[in-house]
Amino acid sequence: MGLESSIKHVAAAAIIGGSLFAGSSLAVSDSDGDYREFTFNADTPYFFQDGKVDFGTYNGFRRYHSECHVCHGPAGLGSSYAPALIKSMDVMDFAKFVDVVVRGKQDGTLVMPSFADNMNVLPYLDDIYAYLKARADGAIPGATRPAKFPKVK
Amino acid sequence: MRLKTTAAAAMAAIAFGSSGTAFANAELLKMQENPNDWVMQNGDYASTRYSKLNQINADNVKDLKVAWTFSTGVLRGHEGGPLVIGDVMYIHAPFPNTVFALDLKNEGKILWKYEPRQDTSVIPVMCCDTVNRGVAYGDGKIFLYQADATLVALDAKSGEKVWSVSNGDPKKGETGTSAPMVVKDKVYVGISGGEFGVRGHLTAYNIKDGKQAWRGYSMGPDSDTLMDPQKTTHLGKPVGKDSGTATWEGDQWKIGGGTTWGWYSYDPDLNLVYYGSGNPSTWNPVQRPGDNRWSMTIWARDADTGMAKWVYQMTPHDEWDYDGINEMILVDKEIGGKMRKALVHFDRNGFAYTMDRENGELLVAEKYDPAVNWATHVDMETGRPQVVAKYSTHQNGEDVNSTGICPAALGTKDQQPASYSPKTGVFYVPTNHVCMDYEPFQVSYTAGQPYVGATLSMYPAPGGDHLGNFIAWDADKGKILWSNPEQFSVWSGALSTAGDVVFYGTLEGYLKAVDANTGKELYKFKTPSGIIGNVNTYMHNGKQYIAVLSGLGGWAGIGMAAGLEDPTAGLGAVGAYASLSEYTQLGGQLTVFELPD
Repeated sequence: MGLESSIKHVAAAAIIGGSLFAGSSLAVSDSDGDYREFTFNADTPYFFQDGKVDFGTYNGFRRYHSECHVCHGPAGLGSSYAPALIKSMDVMDFAKFVDVVVRGKQDGTLVMPSFADNMNVLPYLDDIYAYLKARADGAIPGATRPAKFPKVK
Repeated sequence: MRLKTTAAAAMAAIAFGSSGTAFANAELLKMQENPNDWVMQNGDYASTRYSKLNQINADNVKDLKVAWTFSTGVLRGHEGGPLVIGDVMYIHAPFPNTVFALDLKNEGKILWKYEPRQDTSVIPVMCCDTVNRGVAYGDGKIFLYQADATLVALDAKSGEKVWSVSNGDPKKGETGTSAPMVVKDKVYVGISGGEFGVRGHLTAYNIKDGKQAWRGYSMGPDSDTLMDPQKTTHLGKPVGKDSGTATWEGDQWKIGGGTTWGWYSYDPDLNLVYYGSGNPSTWNPVQRPGDNRWSMTIWARDADTGMAKWVYQMTPHDEWDYDGINEMILVDKEIGGKMRKALVHFDRNGFAYTMDRENGELLVAEKYDPAVNWATHVDMETGRPQVVAKYSTHQNGEDVNSTGICPAALGTKDQQPASYSPKTGVFYVPTNHVCMDYEPFQVSYTAGQPYVGATLSMYPAPGGDHLGNFIAWDADKGKILWSNPEQFSVWSGALSTAGDVVFYGTLEGYLKAVDANTGKELYKFKTPSGIIGNVNTYMHNGKQYIAVLSGLGGWAGIGMAAGLEDPTAGLGAVGAYASLSEYTQLGGQLTVFELPD
């Protein structure tokens, strides 16, 4: 596929929705640019097309695995002591996500620390949110590194 | 009779707890010889996890049945195992680190229970689950090393707190997971938190009052590492001045990792304590140039002063998170045709090392899983692994995904201790058979926050459909004698006995018994949860028992759902993998086995 691909994101979403993820609505960019030109917003946090994601989502994948994985499990699947984020994202909008990550959360022995001081997290909240949203929507399948993640920037 | 003697000794120890230095040492040296008891986590100072008991043997083990059970009331990973001293069993749980003393004379009735109050903010700074590897006994006290890095001495008879001391600050990511070890008048503890930039150390406290006796750091100037530039050696050569900072850039050694969360062994004749140090903090090797000494190192320290006699760095400049913390098994054995005071160590990096424990000479270094590929071999002159460029995450560089590296970061073996039977001369080793993709990237350090800087994916070794093996190892020849495949990583410590039976647990929750000579499976029983605890045995009222903690968790319990995924299958593989959760669930329980009357 050429870099100036004209395939619309909606089409990509339909293919995925039809094959595996019927019923889930994929958040996609409404811009016509490709993954390199995508910019984040809370409603369409990630770009996904033909296995390619924008740099932010890719970076979110990295940051997630470095900072969040040990508790929330590989690819947001959850663990014995922290919830599966690919499920939490169904009920968590961007504002709530930011609130929990920055301020933390405590519920008995389930403890989410505040990441307000963490410079591997705080500057990349958009990216981590985008990655988790893409996971929750099923755009990024599985726990491994999607082969077509870009190596740009 | 021996049972009574031990009980009397324990009572005496309690009654005369302040009787001092030599007593605790003499007591434990003697107590470890009594096969009726299980007085330290790995059975003895040499960490052999071997029992002279033979009532349960290869012929009758098939008749084993459950004698009694006990719930710890705690979910999450249960590592370590019970201690048995006379008529009392001491067991522990993960956070909040409850300790129970159970009365073996009275159907396991609870004699006392101790539950510390700890700030729950320690939970998220514990990498890979809130495990604890067990309590230690000495001088009439039970030593508990809490998650928040507080070391507590409890009166073994009453459970009353005698003293406590803080060994680290969880706000900096310093936590406690390891089992303490008592030697003479001191108790040793390490520190966890390698993924938080914690600088590792082994610290000795006086068992009488908790006063710190010495602390030896893994890196830093000689005054911190307790090294003598001339007398401390690496493969027979003096380490030189400030070797603990010389191979680090700038002040990076201050957040250098090399934590000490594994096991400690002790040789009373040489008066040396042995242990390994873990990975150099960030998983992005590009960010910390140099050999990063003395992370990934086998240490031999003077038990009284902490001075380092010798060191051996197994994985200089780690690029894969191959923590060197696994147990050191001390055996006197013929190696290369010559009797040696040997130290045998099955490292995370996939090499099994046989060393001379007097002087740190490297005798054997061979792969104990044929899948290991990150290095071709260990150069026996320099001691350095010969790294394969393709699997070097540093050479491939930041933001590059290096694929197909074996073993995965959890190692060919993690902390789950192996066993050595002097009867067969063979080592029995629970192993992982898992490979990974690894992609390092830039991270910044903040105290108390993860300092990782790599993503990784784990999956079964090529051509395989299983994630673990239980193997028998010849430490002289450096060869696998037999290997039993297991569906999941074997994350349970092994036990070998004079009955020619070897026991271990599986992640699905089976307690298994195999023939010590052939590996043939003789018995299995499914306990309520996955086993990452270590199998122990003891004798009470003339009857031999086998005891093990179940309770899934740890890194294995968290990561294995991903580990079974086929990384090459892409979209089509979603949902196709088998998850450990289809086989077992959380829940801490002790199960004790016996032969029918």
